[in-house]
Amino acid sequence: MSSHVKYVRDGDVATLTMNWPGAVNLMDADFIPSFKAALDKLEADRDSIKGVLLRSAKTTFFAGGDLKMFMAARKEQTQELFEMIEGIKAQLRRIEKLGKPVVAVIEGAALGGGFEVALACHHRVVLDHPKIQLGLPEVTLGLLPGGGGVTRMVRHLGVQAAGPYLMEGKLMRPAELAKLGLAELAPDSEAATRQALAWIDAHPAPVQPWDVKGHRIPGGKAYSPQLAQVQTVAPAMLLAKTKGTLPAPAAVLGCAVEGAAVDFDTALRIESRYLTYLALHQVSRNMIGTLFMGLNEIKGGAARPRDIPPFKVQKLGILGAGMMGAGIAYSAATKGIEVVLLDTTQERAEKGKAYSEGLLDKGMKRGKVTEERKAETLGRIKPTTSYDDLEGCDLIIEAVFEDPDIKADVTKKAEPRLRPGGLFSSNTSTIPITDLARSSAHPERFIGLHFFSPVDKMPLIEIIKGKETGPEAVAQALDFAAQIGKTPIVVSDARGFYTSRVFGQYVNEGAAMLAEGIPAAVIENAALQAGMPVGPLAVLDEVTLTLPLHVEASAKKAGAAPTERHPGMAVLEKMVELGRSGRAGGQGFYDYPEGQPKRLWSGLKDLYPQQRRGEYDVQELRDRFLYAQAVDAAHVADQGVLTEARELNIGSIMGLGFPVWTGGAHQFIEQTGREHFVARARELAAKHGPRFEPPARLSAAPGADLSGGMYSGLPK
Amino acid sequence: MTAQHKDTVQKGTVQEVYIYDAVRTPRGRGRANGSLHEVKPAQLVVGLLEGLKERNQLDTTQVDDVILGCVTPLLEQGFDIARVAVLLSSWDEGVPGVQLNRFCSSGLEAVQQAAGRIRGGWDSLIVAGGVESMSRVPMGSDMGAYMDPISAMDMHFVPQGISADLIATLEDFSREDVDAYALESQQRAAAAQKAGHFEKSILPVKDINGLTILDRDEYLRPETTKESLASLKPAFAETGAAGFDAVAQLKYPEAESINHVHTAGNSSGIVDGAALILLGSEEAGRRQNLRPRGRIVSIGRVGTEPTIMLTGPVPASKKALDAAGLSVEDIDLFEVNEAFAVVPMQFMKELNVPHGKVNVNGGSIALGHPLGATGAIIINTVLDELERQGGRYGLCTLCVGGGMGNTVIVERVTDFVESDKQGADA
Repeated sequence: MSSHVKYVRDGDVATLTMNWPGAVNLMDADFIPSFKAALDKLEADRDSIKGVLLRSAKTTFFAGGDLKMFMAARKEQTQELFEMIEGIKAQLRRIEKLGKPVVAVIEGAALGGGFEVALACHHRVVLDHPKIQLGLPEVTLGLLPGGGGVTRMVRHLGVQAAGPYLMEGKLMRPAELAKLGLAELAPDSEAATRQALAWIDAHPAPVQPWDVKGHRIPGGKAYSPQLAQVQTVAPAMLLAKTKGTLPAPAAVLGCAVEGAAVDFDTALRIESRYLTYLALHQVSRNMIGTLFMGLNEIKGGAARPRDIPPFKVQKLGILGAGMMGAGIAYSAATKGIEVVLLDTTQERAEKGKAYSEGLLDKGMKRGKVTEERKAETLGRIKPTTSYDDLEGCDLIIEAVFEDPDIKADVTKKAEPRLRPGGLFSSNTSTIPITDLARSSAHPERFIGLHFFSPVDKMPLIEIIKGKETGPEAVAQALDFAAQIGKTPIVVSDARGFYTSRVFGQYVNEGAAMLAEGIPAAVIENAALQAGMPVGPLAVLDEVTLTLPLHVEASAKKAGAAPTERHPGMAVLEKMVELGRSGRAGGQGFYDYPEGQPKRLWSGLKDLYPQQRRGEYDVQELRDRFLYAQAVDAAHVADQGVLTEARELNIGSIMGLGFPVWTGGAHQFIEQTGREHFVARARELAAKHGPRFEPPARLSAAPGADLSGGMYSGLPK
Repeated sequence: MTAQHKDTVQKGTVQEVYIYDAVRTPRGRGRANGSLHEVKPAQLVVGLLEGLKERNQLDTTQVDDVILGCVTPLLEQGFDIARVAVLLSSWDEGVPGVQLNRFCSSGLEAVQQAAGRIRGGWDSLIVAGGVESMSRVPMGSDMGAYMDPISAMDMHFVPQGISADLIATLEDFSREDVDAYALESQQRAAAAQKAGHFEKSILPVKDINGLTILDRDEYLRPETTKESLASLKPAFAETGAAGFDAVAQLKYPEAESINHVHTAGNSSGIVDGAALILLGSEEAGRRQNLRPRGRIVSIGRVGTEPTIMLTGPVPASKKALDAAGLSVEDIDLFEVNEAFAVVPMQFMKELNVPHGKVNVNGGSIALGHPLGATGAIIINTVLDELERQGGRYGLCTLCVGGGMGNTVIVERVTDFVESDKQGADA
């Protein structure tokens, strides 16, 4: 191969232009030979040049690491992988030890490995454009910045100040990087070059701060009195946040502190070891597979029927200005869509609009929203009681109470107001779309758009195809999701669709445990330890305990109730009988004392004879939460409701809070190994009931056996 | 836990103390460019605990304690590194751990403490050893109880190098003599490494990925010559001139001046490393199907005049020989820690021991001296060599800061010894 880093001399300035054959520059197998060739030339020319510009021929500066390469690495290639990472670093080290100034001219995004390349330069000049993203997002994909990112950021900023950029993968705009003292801003491309050349003139022989004898790490090195408190508290803070389920942030923290205990070169080597560890770790594979590859496929429109012209919503009608309607209105209005927010009284409709005002005010307080933007956004929302205002809508979303009769009524009134060829949708979370479509004059243009609460925060939309929903409607719904920046999954019409039914399995499992005498605190904590964001009892209180009972009743009415009743349902009934139906009613599994944090109701332990420590197995409780959901997701796939692995995974993580470390409900099965998963599920079924019985077809393909130890995310 | 033996101990009888296994890390150069610099000190121990467990199929619930020498027990060697290492390993959390410090003999002291407790019957299975990452926690960073001016003057404190040069002065060892000794140490160590004599006990240090970080001692300089040694600058001349020579002369007026013969080339190397020895009673060994490799015959500890400081090995060894009823001639192999070349030289001179029996595989000058671990390492080394040569008795001794000496005599065995022998040494 020829080098992807082109070397051009212009007088006494050399320019290295990165130009990989694909769309972006990548830290892939060509990285080392490309940079090696360029650096060989640079070193040979060292005495005849005064400085070097490093820039990109692409619109972005550099995209980052080659995740496919990491995914392909096998355990038996550990040594090779480690050496390759060390090899990348060796090239970057050559840049900073050149003895002549090397300045990165950054005119587009520099992320991950790209940001690390920039950090190895002596100086960075960045276009002052707010769209340019900079930073080290590796940790969000289960990796760490192992191209010197951890080590250099710690030495620039200190362990604590570098924390958010390393442990949370916080990205920066150019202005923020400049504020950190790590870059100089330039108004345009020409100025950037000019400034870079000026820096070269002013710094004929720069040395990186860490290569200067006596360099001190800001905020102190490891074990120093200055860093002692951070060093003591940070691990506890991290465990509190991740419950130990994520190896990457743990490795980043370990790497940052351990690196701050030793010299720069040793720190780089420690960093390589941790990256090697993470790259081969199952959790990283889960996260890359789902949150990068799967998500990109979804966003790239993998599920969109082809040959259908793009659909853009200019005017959106929302029926019902309650919590969901108000949230959808905000999400659409902020994306420039004109919204008609309809309810039965003007007061209710106005209240729905006020929700957006509240969010925008919050944004203003944080300096993210301007007065002008607030006025513009609010100006797009028209609260009304008149169906006439819906005239000409591209899309109408029905978000009224979950009652088929009311829904039928508003559908009939609103649908004729759509522009010809417009799309009608329901935000129902449980009622079959095919049933609701009976009220529609155009069932082929009727679809489910299931949003999640709170709409402004939850990234998922579950798109439900009724029996008669046409491919055009699906494509349009997907286009709308993209338009408002949500991630869509497309499912077939079945009771509870995908997310609602699996969600039911999670919360009911928690309720069932209560009936077994598992102490409520153990139930909640076991769920958190498994990686769920909120305990099942707390969630039930939020959605109200009557919700699953209503869902059950309507299923029964439709003759679709499961053959064996979930043991959790009786607990919910009992609680509702006791007048404890959830937070909205003032009390549920928790008490909500005025002005104090909620507390589990002390009376719970008197409802069922309590088991003691040692009688229950926390590991099994954790398994039950994950298996209850994963088995149900497997049935969803088996029944053809949703068969795409990426959508099963993304839907579970974004819609259900299924633990990120698993890579999703489907990937949880794959990483456990199907044989192992089926064996464990059957074991749980024998002990706890048929809800754990996996679909017969699941046992077909064996997977990797990675059972056991999956809850521990500590690099050891 | 094992039953305590108080019910079965009879008057006048003691438990024989067996060595069941001995392992160590390779020694890494104790500097930023040393291979083990990147390894956290507790992890050096964790790797050995795992190896010891695996090699011996050890049921760790039966282990009564882990005793580790560590001379600079602060920062990342602080907080009782023995207990921390147990908790970070796969060993049962019911195994306690304790860290002790008798300076350079700490690893030997750990073995002595373990042996005493097993011999008396309170405990039956103990891991003893030591650890020191001198590159990460530098020697002396713990300061000391003598460091206020009155105490320092009262003790006539001088740095060890001054003491070593004082011995050379009084014993009339020339620079050529100590360099010749150092060269021999380098040659012996290089030959031993080449012949694989250390391989039996060295467990490679691995990273979190299972990749080997270091699998052999790396401090050696086999290319060392008489000339290269001669070219080195005396290490302690300036320190001595600053006043410490005069302090030494206050105690030793017979020295007209101090002859500064010691250099970086004939003093012990600064390195990182750890070592563990598994010791136990016969019963504990039988319960776990362990085969004894050696037994602890006797020990000897002394305090000596603290300004000359490093002359303890001779009286300590005499004490141990007396306790065992053995003579110098009965000992097949000696390990006399090469803190400085004069220490083994003075030992050989005073006890009339041939060099052919002393530090036959080189010593700390060539291999390095990870302070807390060395005492355990030399037991480990002597046992390997006794097994290789088919010898019987080995004597391990170290000079100790503050003017102390410390000795352990071991006997190579291949099985449990006759019960009537028990108590004969007592």
